[in-house]
Amino acid sequence: MTPLLTAERLSKSFGGVQAVKDLSFDVGEGEMLALIGPNGAGKTTVFALLSGFLRPDAGDVRLRGHSLVGEKPHAIVARGLARTFQIVRPFPRLTVLRNVMVGALARHPHPPTAEARARAVLDEVGLGGASHRPAGALTLAERKRLELARALATEPALLLLDEVMAGLNDAETERIVELVRGINARGVAILLIEHVMRAVMALAQRIVVISGGERIADGRPDTIARDPRVIEAYLGDEHVDAAPA
Amino acid sequence: MAVGLSLIFGVMRVVNFAHGDMMVWGMYLAWLLATRLGIDPYLGFVVCALVLFVAGVVVQRALVDRIVDAPHEMQILLMLGVALVLENSALLVFGPEPQRVRSALSGTTVWLGPLFVDVARLVTFAVAVALTAALSLFLFRTDLGRSIRAAADNTYGALVIGTDVRRVYAVAFGVGAACVGAAGALVAPLVPFDPATGLARSVTSFNVVIIGGMGSLLGAFLGGVIVSVAESLGAVLLAPSLKELVSFSLLIVILLFRPAGLLGRRG
Amino acid sequence: MRWAGAAALAALLVLPALASSYVVTVFIFIFFYAYLGQAWNIVGGYAGQLSAGHAAFVGLGAYTAVVLSLRAGLSPWLGMLVGAALSAVLGAVIGFLGFRFGLRGFYFVLLTVAFAEVCRIVALNVDAVGGALGLYITFTGNPWQFQFQDNRVYYYIALAFLLLATGVVALLERHRAGIYLSAIREDEMASEALGVDAFRYKMLAMVVSSFLTGLGGTFYAYYLFSLQPNAVFGIPLSVEIIIRPIVGGAGTLAGPILGAFIVSPLQELSRLYFSGGGWHGAHLIAYGVLLIVVVLFLPQGAYPYVRRILGRARA
Repeated sequence: MTPLLTAERLSKSFGGVQAVKDLSFDVGEGEMLALIGPNGAGKTTVFALLSGFLRPDAGDVRLRGHSLVGEKPHAIVARGLARTFQIVRPFPRLTVLRNVMVGALARHPHPPTAEARARAVLDEVGLGGASHRPAGALTLAERKRLELARALATEPALLLLDEVMAGLNDAETERIVELVRGINARGVAILLIEHVMRAVMALAQRIVVISGGERIADGRPDTIARDPRVIEAYLGDEHVDAAPA
Repeated sequence: MAVGLSLIFGVMRVVNFAHGDMMVWGMYLAWLLATRLGIDPYLGFVVCALVLFVAGVVVQRALVDRIVDAPHEMQILLMLGVALVLENSALLVFGPEPQRVRSALSGTTVWLGPLFVDVARLVTFAVAVALTAALSLFLFRTDLGRSIRAAADNTYGALVIGTDVRRVYAVAFGVGAACVGAAGALVAPLVPFDPATGLARSVTSFNVVIIGGMGSLLGAFLGGVIVSVAESLGAVLLAPSLKELVSFSLLIVILLFRPAGLLGRRG
Repeated sequence: MRWAGAAALAALLVLPALASSYVVTVFIFIFFYAYLGQAWNIVGGYAGQLSAGHAAFVGLGAYTAVVLSLRAGLSPWLGMLVGAALSAVLGAVIGFLGFRFGLRGFYFVLLTVAFAEVCRIVALNVDAVGGALGLYITFTGNPWQFQFQDNRVYYYIALAFLLLATGVVALLERHRAGIYLSAIREDEMASEALGVDAFRYKMLAMVVSSFLTGLGGTFYAYYLFSLQPNAVFGIPLSVEIIIRPIVGGAGTLAGPILGAFIVSPLQELSRLYFSGGGWHGAHLIAYGVLLIVVVLFLPQGAYPYVRRILGRARA
């Protein structure tokens, strides 16, 4: 079966710094894959490359066999790949509902339909009651859910979540983990970048580990946790202690 | 003149639309000094610089400070407002007729190699170079100067090490304004001026700064040279009334192809 | 809010029958500048692309219609459409250059100013279109020539223009394009990540805005019976265009209209007060102060406050 997404030998450098080097991995239909690695390993760069915000120096990205390289971000969304941002970017002066409608309009150009879809997504993420509030007035946890809702409203086949748990307390993290699991159960493939290991271990079916822009491991969570190369890459990073229970 | 603008932008990322109009006030001040007190502009420029320094600090404290974090459009509109007030109050106070200032040096010329050079222009150039050099020294050698550069590079970092950022901003803006005041005085003997030239001068300074690179002093200097040469060539090759056309066209081209300029950082 | 608007409209429709010619004239200017402001609102308010060179479109539209009428005998009603089309082309050019090359904020403002100034200088220096003296229209009173004996006809035309622009903006608000534009204004990159083709929608805003503004140019020429490069391409006109929506509330439907009702009387008052002072530029000082005050204290314009006050009055 062809994978949903194939990243093939991606490379990107800035100035003299090689951010991503010869990186390859797949995401299968409906799979939940986590991309982890120490800080500065190049993970967000990968997301930018996949979603069209950056163009790779070399390599290819294919979604259902179709190459995405050179396409603009909005065209990539139309093909079924949506992303969130590490530092959330709500539209502050628009209402929560309108924020999500922007995403929904990608699939439903008729605003009333988009509005109905947006409301449904808001209910799914638990922000249904906040729909009339300006997005700028939300708490961080609410903004994270809004960010997720907006991307989800574009009805992607693959959702890229960039550190969606960062900065949340335990209860909030639990909520989002449940939410993400539910979305995946519906058939949406998810590629997550995450530092919160508890969440990674709880959610991921497979993990790809990146360090220094290169892939150093690819496999199931229990294998990865015991892989000496991974442990070495994380040496000094406290999160490596959060092994699965 | 452009050096001052570059400084203001580099430090505070606020674009001073009122720059040209401040310069016009500098020119009028020099004129006042010359006609009422008999002080030659080549000496009076110091006074102009001081007065505009104070004015600059006042404007900064009262107005600009409040919108340093505001979205860009707001900053632009604010400075546009200031420009309107300055330009039209000059109009009200001084009238729309162009003025000239006479200097003891006007009209004398000297041989410089194969060229016939106007002494006044020579002095203007020399003083401008000297002032630019002095400004560089200030920015690179003194503590205050270093603080300004630090704040320009990384505002948050500067705050962390205890820099009084507000004071730095005020000084930077003041110095920028002082530069322009001095520039006004220095240029006053060379060209006729009236309040309506404020906008054109702002545009010229933007041109210079953008070409040379925002935030770089050397860039501003280089930019100044390039723009002046281009304008003069334009005036010679095309009709003199189309001089402005050259600077605007140049601006459009530069905006499209190198908004960061030759030596600029983060545009 | 709806019936208040309808009542106001009804009042405005009847006004010329009751009011003096002076008042009618004041309202004509209010409507006209509100119209231009509303047209600007599309690209400056909703899309968030500050253009300080919109006078270029007024001028281009005006000159086109007048030149076609004087030299080719074309009725200004048709010339108006041609002028607007040309303005739209200019808008497309500026938009394309600005947006393709990624000019944001300040740089885009400069680009628009530069284009407007280039137009002005060209018009000043090309004798075929009147040069520095500009163009004059001889009074014939012929409706086909866009001329009317009665001031009141201009009143209704100006009102019609305003309703047209407001209608376009209202339609935009409801349509996908309007929602996309406000998203682009808030955060262009985030909107791209949600499937918004920012370039396309910004261009759309620019073209519609410049077309409408160009239409207004013809009205301007035929109401004032003359065309001067400095007046019709100059920065002061661009300032007149943007100040009403900014004061009233950029990015809102009622903003430019509210702004026009605030600013025009202010302008009229300062003109009357300062007319002895030698130059009517004095009202620009008031504008400058107004801009400063609005930016510092009412960054979203007057409309949100008015709405809140009206809401409280009802409760």
